[in-house]
Amino acid sequence: MASEPRVIVVGGGLAGLAASVRVAEAGVAVDLFSMVPVKRSHSVCAQGGINACTEPVRQEGFSEYDHFDETLYGGDFLNHQPPVYEMTHWAPRIIDLLDRMGVPFDRTSEGFLDRRYFGGSVFRRTHFTGASTGQQLLYGLDEQTRRYETQGKVTKHEFWEFLWPVVDPDGVCRGIVAQDMRTMEVKSFRADAVVMATGGCGLIFGKSTMSVICTGGAASRCYQAGAWLGNPEMIQVHPTAIPGEDKCRLMSESARGEGGRVWLPGIQDENGDWKPHPDAGRHPNEIPEDERYYVLEEMYSTYGPTKRHGNLVSRDVATRGIFFAVQQGFGIGGGKMAYLDITHLPADTKEKLAAILEIYEKFTGDDPRHVPMKIFPAVHYSMGGLYAIYETEQEPKPKFLTDLLPDDAGQQKDPSKPAHPGMVQGSHYNMMTNVKGLYALGEVNFSYHGATRLGANALLSCIFDGLFCGLGIANYAREMAKHDAAADVDAAVFDAVVKQETDKSDRFIATVDAADEGVNPYELHRKLGEIMTEELTVVRTQEGMKRALDIVRGYIADYQNIKLGDQGHWTNQNLSFTRALGDMLIYAEAMLLAGIDRKESRGCHYCSDQDGRNDEKYMKTAVCQYDPATGQHAVKWEDVPIPLIEPRIRDYGGKKKETKVTVKPELATAADPGEDRNNPDPV
Amino acid sequence: MIASNKPEKFTVRIKRQDGKDQPSYWQSFEVPYTANQNIITVLQQVAANPVTTDGKRVTPVAWDCGCLEEVCGACTMVINGKVRQSCSCLVDELFTGATNQTISIEPMSKFPVVRDLFVDRQRMFDNLKKIQGWVPIDSTADLGPGPRETQDEQHDRYAISRCMTCGCCLEACPQFTKDNDFVGAQVIAQALYFNEHPTGAQLKGERLDVLMGPGGVTDCGNAQNCVKVCPKDIPLTEAIAKVGRQATVHVVKQFFTGKK
Repeated sequence: MASEPRVIVVGGGLAGLAASVRVAEAGVAVDLFSMVPVKRSHSVCAQGGINACTEPVRQEGFSEYDHFDETLYGGDFLNHQPPVYEMTHWAPRIIDLLDRMGVPFDRTSEGFLDRRYFGGSVFRRTHFTGASTGQQLLYGLDEQTRRYETQGKVTKHEFWEFLWPVVDPDGVCRGIVAQDMRTMEVKSFRADAVVMATGGCGLIFGKSTMSVICTGGAASRCYQAGAWLGNPEMIQVHPTAIPGEDKCRLMSESARGEGGRVWLPGIQDENGDWKPHPDAGRHPNEIPEDERYYVLEEMYSTYGPTKRHGNLVSRDVATRGIFFAVQQGFGIGGGKMAYLDITHLPADTKEKLAAILEIYEKFTGDDPRHVPMKIFPAVHYSMGGLYAIYETEQEPKPKFLTDLLPDDAGQQKDPSKPAHPGMVQGSHYNMMTNVKGLYALGEVNFSYHGATRLGANALLSCIFDGLFCGLGIANYAREMAKHDAAADVDAAVFDAVVKQETDKSDRFIATVDAADEGVNPYELHRKLGEIMTEELTVVRTQEGMKRALDIVRGYIADYQNIKLGDQGHWTNQNLSFTRALGDMLIYAEAMLLAGIDRKESRGCHYCSDQDGRNDEKYMKTAVCQYDPATGQHAVKWEDVPIPLIEPRIRDYGGKKKETKVTVKPELATAADPGEDRNNPDPV
Repeated sequence: MIASNKPEKFTVRIKRQDGKDQPSYWQSFEVPYTANQNIITVLQQVAANPVTTDGKRVTPVAWDCGCLEEVCGACTMVINGKVRQSCSCLVDELFTGATNQTISIEPMSKFPVVRDLFVDRQRMFDNLKKIQGWVPIDSTADLGPGPRETQDEQHDRYAISRCMTCGCCLEACPQFTKDNDFVGAQVIAQALYFNEHPTGAQLKGERLDVLMGPGGVTDCGNAQNCVKVCPKDIPLTEAIAKVGRQATVHVVKQFFTGKK
């Protein structure tokens, strides 16, 4: 029986709001679920900006294709090319749209959109609103969502926590089960399509730059219900954050984009080599210029138009630069800190950075306008996430492990034109997970950023994902509602999941009165964060990851004895956190398994015991599959197709090469042969 | 600002409430002093060991928080009598050096309590609906750039758009109460934000009609508390004055043209 189509969107950050707006605009009703009022979603924390090849950048010699290329280069070629192609070519249109929505982008003297430099590009192609761009873009989309809400096209369910996807016996997603975080009511909701836009999983690392809601719990629940993960081992560590007791606070790349410099106290020997300075205790303003070791500028002296551009190499590279220098004893006072210095910048530039400078001042008591900031790398972004497919006209066609795509997918609609290099607009399959009807958008989607995300591409990928894929999702929901509506699915399918989740809650609540001591969830979370930060961040080894895997598996066993402190049937935050912790542990296990299996160094997955990047074996997505019956994970490897840009050596113009690349044999003869390939000298 | 005589531990008093419409009560906890401690850390320390100073084990305190870097607005509370975000409230700042100091933490008083320090601020979001707080774009289609804007105009709008709907201005406002319908500084400033945008101005008349009605801009008593407590230094009183002038012009226009 045909019914009115409905789409559920889980998550009210940029991706979820963009999808809600686009689906509602296409005339399909949206139920939007969020653990927090959507205006407080983690997207507010993004600071620096959003990349796009707008007209003035084009006239400086940049192109959408360059943006496409540098995104792949930044991601060490693990990104899926057609989605990235589409995203970078939509970027200028997205900027225009946000501009029309009234986002107060910074302006030039003539009233056009201003731009700044950002990591991984030598072009000024990052559009921004002060240093709180994510907040401003989120507000723009929040306003449009509210507009649809007043028209009855979007229904918000705020303070509702997603608990489990409802997947019918044929493997089709038919809705979700969620819990009201105030009344603790557990309830099912039907939908013809379900969109996961639930962001990253930084809390698995204990302290990160992420918000307290970014546990990865929702992604993990989908994973346990049969959705796959792609490249979960790929976690970005941002070079500059303020370490704190409760979290690490981001100090945006915009500080360096506007001319900020990273340095460490040092001293040069007669050969010009830098050594840690023997006097570790000096105030930074008393350290003379010739005793400041500008570590990234020295290491990446030939990247970009000026030497200072070395501060803007890709994030994984900058993070390693700072991390290794600190390991060599250059850290401030011998500790784990470096200086991020913007004191030399003119007052109007500091004004553009006001939002982050105020944060630094409020949290440390020091005024960064006059005293260099103390920073250290911190976990920041999940490149990996839920596995998703897409439709493209490009050859070679991606051979997905799932057979969801019909045989005739990706056929050229218009034979008079060349095959479109991006995704097919309006396709049902764009960013559908391996579970039919379940989509993944934004940070929780693994497709766009490969092995490292470039700065200012996150806001873009989230908004693009929602807007571009929203149309296909509306089309799919409409089609399903006609022939195979969720409204007609047997209630027993939903009731079973409600029972599963109610039973789970009851088991947790029962532990409050249990006689034995039990395991404290906050303490277990702290320990999980420590081991994951130690073994799966900047430098990884087989030995370390295997050690972490053993320990995490021990924690999974400990978790069976978890004990809650709150049996409240009203706003029980203890329950919500403890439940998410169990999901974080399983996600952590998948991350480690994929990391152990990927025996190469690529992007953020830097393994000191591996011999560089190995395209022959690992130009592939790590696809994790979970068997709920046994609790076992399987890691499968799926080729990343190379329809447009051949992978090449990643080189940000450093003096010393850290990356060796083993290419596929057929590529070895294709371009740039000779001794330079594996051990190139600086250009 | 750093206190010279740092205590080893200190007492924190928390005003609790088990659920909405329940009576409130105070509990005290002893918390170890740590370097760079903020109120979130204090609450986490209480959560990890919820034992009162009387030695009684109690349920963990519920509170609302999100980004912990003062940009999401979630963790607003009343700390030592002052409304502010608990993430950016450093313990050192609160100690003046006097002996046996305690820190008191209460939920905001102008919004219904959900549990403990967690309040329901839905009223603020509902008010944004009332004033049609958006720019009425045609669609998300690619229709070219938005209107050009001078740096000064952008500067003025950006100042208001940093409002994170935290509610400090309403907590501090003597006119805004739990049971009246005054909209308060937050939404009046937001109305100005949208009125100042060339496309947003299409709904200016409707917005002003709402703000001239009951609970609107004329209910402002000009106490100026809002602007003093705003964590983002939003020029709230200036915004209220500007909207007041826009409203006057709007009325005069309506009078002479007979049009809405």
